[in-house]
Amino acid sequence: MIPAAFEYYRPKDMAGVLSLLEEHGDDARVMAGGHSLIPMMKLRMAEVPHLIDLQDVGGMTGIEVGTDTIRIGAMVTQAAIIDHAALAVAAPILREASLQIADPQVRYMGTVGGNVANGDPGNDMPGLMQCLDATFVVVGPEGERSIPARDFYEAAYMTAREDDEVLTAVTLPTPKGGHAYEKQKRKIGDYATAAAAVQIVKEAGACASASIAMTNLSDTPVFSEAAGAALVGSTLDEAALNAAVAAMLNDIDPSEDNRGPVAFKKHVAGVILRRAVTRAWSRA
Amino acid sequence: MKDEVTREERVDNLKGMGCSRKRVEDARFTQGKGNYVDDLKLDGMLFGDFVRSPYAHARIKSIDTAAALEVPGVLAVLTAADLEPLGLHWMPTLAGDKQMVLADGKVLFQGQEVAFVVAEDRFAAADGIELVEVDYEDLPVLVDPFEALTSDVVLREDLVAEDGTLPDGAHGPRKHANHIFTWEAGDKAPTAEVIANAEVVAEESMYYHRTHPCPLETCGCVASMDKVNGKLTLWGTFQAPHAIRTIVSLISGLEEHNIRVISPDIGGGFGNKVGAYPGYVCSVVASIVTGKPVKWIEDRMDNLMTTAFARDYHMTGKISATKEGKITGLQCHVTADHGGFDACADPTKFPAGFMNICTGSYDIPTAYLEVDGVYTNKAPGGVSYRCSFRVTEAVYFIERMIEVLAIKLDMDAAELRRINFIRKEQFPYTAALGWEYDSGDYHTAWDKALKAVDYDGLRAEQAQRVADFKAGKTRKLMGIGLSFFTEIVGAGPVKNCDILGLGMFDSCEIRIHPTGSAIARLGTISQGQGHATTFAQILASEIGLPADSITIEEGDTDTAPYGLGTYGSRSTPVAGAATAMAGRKIRAKAQMIAAYLLEVHDDDVEFDVDRFVVKGAPERFKTMKDIAFAAYNQAIPGIEPGLEAVSYYDPPNMTYPFGAYVCVMDIDVDTGVPEIRRFYALDDCGTRINPMIIEGQVHGGLTEALAVALGQEIAYDDMGNCKTGTLMDFFLPTAWEVPNYETDFTVTPSPHHPIGAKGVGESPHVGGVPCFSNAVQDAFRPFGNTHTNMPHDHWRIWKTANALGLHG
Ligand SMILES: Cc1cc2nc3c(=O)[nH]c(=O)nc-3n(C[C@H](O)[C@H](O)[C@H](O)COP(=O)(O)OP(=O)(O)OC[C@H]3O[C@@H](n4cnc5c(N)ncnc54)[C@H](O)[C@@H]3O)c2cc1C
Repeated sequence: MIPAAFEYYRPKDMAGVLSLLEEHGDDARVMAGGHSLIPMMKLRMAEVPHLIDLQDVGGMTGIEVGTDTIRIGAMVTQAAIIDHAALAVAAPILREASLQIADPQVRYMGTVGGNVANGDPGNDMPGLMQCLDATFVVVGPEGERSIPARDFYEAAYMTAREDDEVLTAVTLPTPKGGHAYEKQKRKIGDYATAAAAVQIVKEAGACASASIAMTNLSDTPVFSEAAGAALVGSTLDEAALNAAVAAMLNDIDPSEDNRGPVAFKKHVAGVILRRAVTRAWSRA
Repeated sequence: MKDEVTREERVDNLKGMGCSRKRVEDARFTQGKGNYVDDLKLDGMLFGDFVRSPYAHARIKSIDTAAALEVPGVLAVLTAADLEPLGLHWMPTLAGDKQMVLADGKVLFQGQEVAFVVAEDRFAAADGIELVEVDYEDLPVLVDPFEALTSDVVLREDLVAEDGTLPDGAHGPRKHANHIFTWEAGDKAPTAEVIANAEVVAEESMYYHRTHPCPLETCGCVASMDKVNGKLTLWGTFQAPHAIRTIVSLISGLEEHNIRVISPDIGGGFGNKVGAYPGYVCSVVASIVTGKPVKWIEDRMDNLMTTAFARDYHMTGKISATKEGKITGLQCHVTADHGGFDACADPTKFPAGFMNICTGSYDIPTAYLEVDGVYTNKAPGGVSYRCSFRVTEAVYFIERMIEVLAIKLDMDAAELRRINFIRKEQFPYTAALGWEYDSGDYHTAWDKALKAVDYDGLRAEQAQRVADFKAGKTRKLMGIGLSFFTEIVGAGPVKNCDILGLGMFDSCEIRIHPTGSAIARLGTISQGQGHATTFAQILASEIGLPADSITIEEGDTDTAPYGLGTYGSRSTPVAGAATAMAGRKIRAKAQMIAAYLLEVHDDDVEFDVDRFVVKGAPERFKTMKDIAFAAYNQAIPGIEPGLEAVSYYDPPNMTYPFGAYVCVMDIDVDTGVPEIRRFYALDDCGTRINPMIIEGQVHGGLTEALAVALGQEIAYDDMGNCKTGTLMDFFLPTAWEVPNYETDFTVTPSPHHPIGAKGVGESPHVGGVPCFSNAVQDAFRPFGNTHTNMPHDHWRIWKTANALGLHG
């Protein structure tokens, strides 16, 4: 469990980060909390000859809660999300989900930027951000651009971010309606066997809109537009729930691992989604 | 002289037996001031680490170390070829087999040690490892022991004679090249006959999966050869330091007095640190070669994938009974997967440990056990993970068979146990498979447990739950797990227990200092059990000096008396007895000194808490402190100066702790998630030395039981790749997963142990595993379940529900 030798950099500003990325290309990587990257390096599954620590780069630890939008700096930790009172009111699903990530020690280190940029299908925040229709702000040699979370994930560890770009913030429209983040895991600190992020708006007793994303059930997070659509217009009766689950199952593609075989994962995904939708509805 | 303190206060001052004395170890452990082997830093110390095989079965065509030797800081790369001239490329195992220290032409399991890279620090060693080029040629892999027994693939060519015949193994004839031994206990034909003619017979096959003790601190050592004085010092994570010294002497040829083995603080052992590992041998050789101290420390993956696993028993049983439920016979066959080498850590005459305790707590007149050991392409081991030798397997087997029989009889499993328990008046009781149980009072314990949990109420609630489930009102089932276990610990009587010919006695040496404090040294070694606390309490009560004035020291073979170490719950039954006996020798001499000082005859004084008093005149006394001083400053006719004693204790019998456990569990049928609502544990470990430590031991043992029952496993794929080599997949429960345990007790002292103590460290694990498992299985009993294998992780519980048609 000893990584290959690497150079360690701790630039003071983004310009410093970008120039190091430009200089070392593929051989360089940024590090946020390090709680995904360092284990990979120790297992020698990631070789990073030039490691650029983002801790001293300013301007990425703020949480701004506006009336219509929320902006979260890339270096905001999961612990900071849990502790932010205004955020807990404006987007309670972020807190509910963060409390189900890892354990308190990891959450003091793990960042939002690292969690969404990592590209590991096990991470909880990518699906969460897709559910919330968030946008990732990245900066690179050509300047800044925005990438919708729903377009960001291409395959495991493959994202729309270029190697020389750094994620600086996540922005999202202030969520509406009821929410739920439901996750089944084997123990505290484990990645999901199946997890569902749900945000539902109720109008006049019926579902006006529903957004659903699933975690660790494919090699990317799965935003299931069809599952959400199946609920719209309904009163979340059994038929609508069944249709949403069926639509979601159509979108996921789990693989067998130590958590269990495919049939089990699909079944649990359905159960978890049902519970998440029911809870979100009760809060809508 | 007027005594101002009351007798009660004098007793309290001693903090002797029965007192919940705080653990003296914890001051350093809770402040991060422990001294573990990896804390050791010596001048010029080097670091060694292994190139390990990525394959489970392969021939090694060549090893090229040139590139590794180019890495700055890498000093040497040892391979089997380097060890062979020393005769150290193989080493004996505790089970009478031999094991490669470094791969000798082939590898037999994934992670096997292939080469040892010695470098100035662990970073250089890691870089060197990457550059050792090993050319492997794949061989067919055997991960299934049943397949291994019929396969043409020979795993151990070294155990097949040139003419193709199979020489006997350490435990007799072998049936196949991949077969290690057959071990039998009991009466085969009579048992078969009883079962054939029985009114009721229940049969079951069960797999007790492979798991691992996974102590928080992994294994490691530092070897330091002093070439000037010819002495080797070996610090390491050894549960049996003296045995390690003898083994090192036997295999290295160094004289034993030139070897000093030291076990510093050990961060948990649970059986994992009993055996000898290639890392120890390679560190010693590397230190001899380089003349510098060499450290080797496993990482977590090394530990999980290569050092001793536990369990891996495929068990088939038949149990027969009358229609009323009186058990008449028991038959058990085990196919034991030992991996690539037989490195089980059992007493020599017991290749399947004490599996023959598998008649459990029941009066079973006829029984037969047969165990076949088998080689496969998995890591070697087979240690007793928080249990006496294979007792966890035995107790799991019988506690499942009882449940299966209860189903067959359509009887309540608590009642079935009750009518079959060995009765109090039957002790000492000789079981059908040979053991003589020293003492027990099972009915009292069982009744107390069932009453404490309101067993009848629980069953009524469960019946209601089943009705609700069937009516669609709930998706959660309720399971009531029962287990009643009898442990067999304290190995053991030298007449039948030895390891590599070393009798399993243990020892204690006491020195009383002139001012009335003392040091006692033992042949055992604590790995977290709190020996420094409890052994001082035994002595305090025996010799009348406060526990706080007694230092307990273990683990240094240059100072401690010879002993066989700590595992199998043997420390209190054996070394604890030695401690009491040595204390009594001190007391006998103190009595003579006291009589002299009080100017009366020896028989006219008697011991009272912390002093000797003149019989009938308690105002005339000498405290033990007075006596200690006198032993050093007075010339007493006929008595040698000083106050010291040593005792080597050969136990007349094992001790048999027992207990009654109940677990109440709710199971989510749709997700397979179990939730433990309640866990009640009644333990009878005989005399209770420190109730707080007992409670801590019970909590720890139950938590490891929960782990094993509900998810902890070492699993392999078909290619022999270990799938559970990290704590991501190897289930180690945290405070979050652990329920609130309720502990309780009865006290049935061991009749042959000097203080009546039986040992407790392992009981909760032994009794806990079947209890958790039975709770899961019981939840599904109303729907037709008889048995499903552990570990009961989410997907396997879900699979059970699914197979029973509970998902609609
Ligand atoms: C025991 C344990 C349990 C865990 N359990 C969970 C869990 O249940 N759910 C979960 O979601 N996560 C879990 N994690 C992961 C944890 O939440 C991580 O902290 C998180 O995934 C990554 O955040 P980080 O800041 O540590 O990122 P790092 O490890 O620093 O980086 C991860 C990757 O993202 C890249 N990166 C980081 N920041 C940026 C940036 N600003 N711009 C571009 N690229 C960037 C890095 O180059 C690297 O490739 C667990 C981790 C551990 C150790």
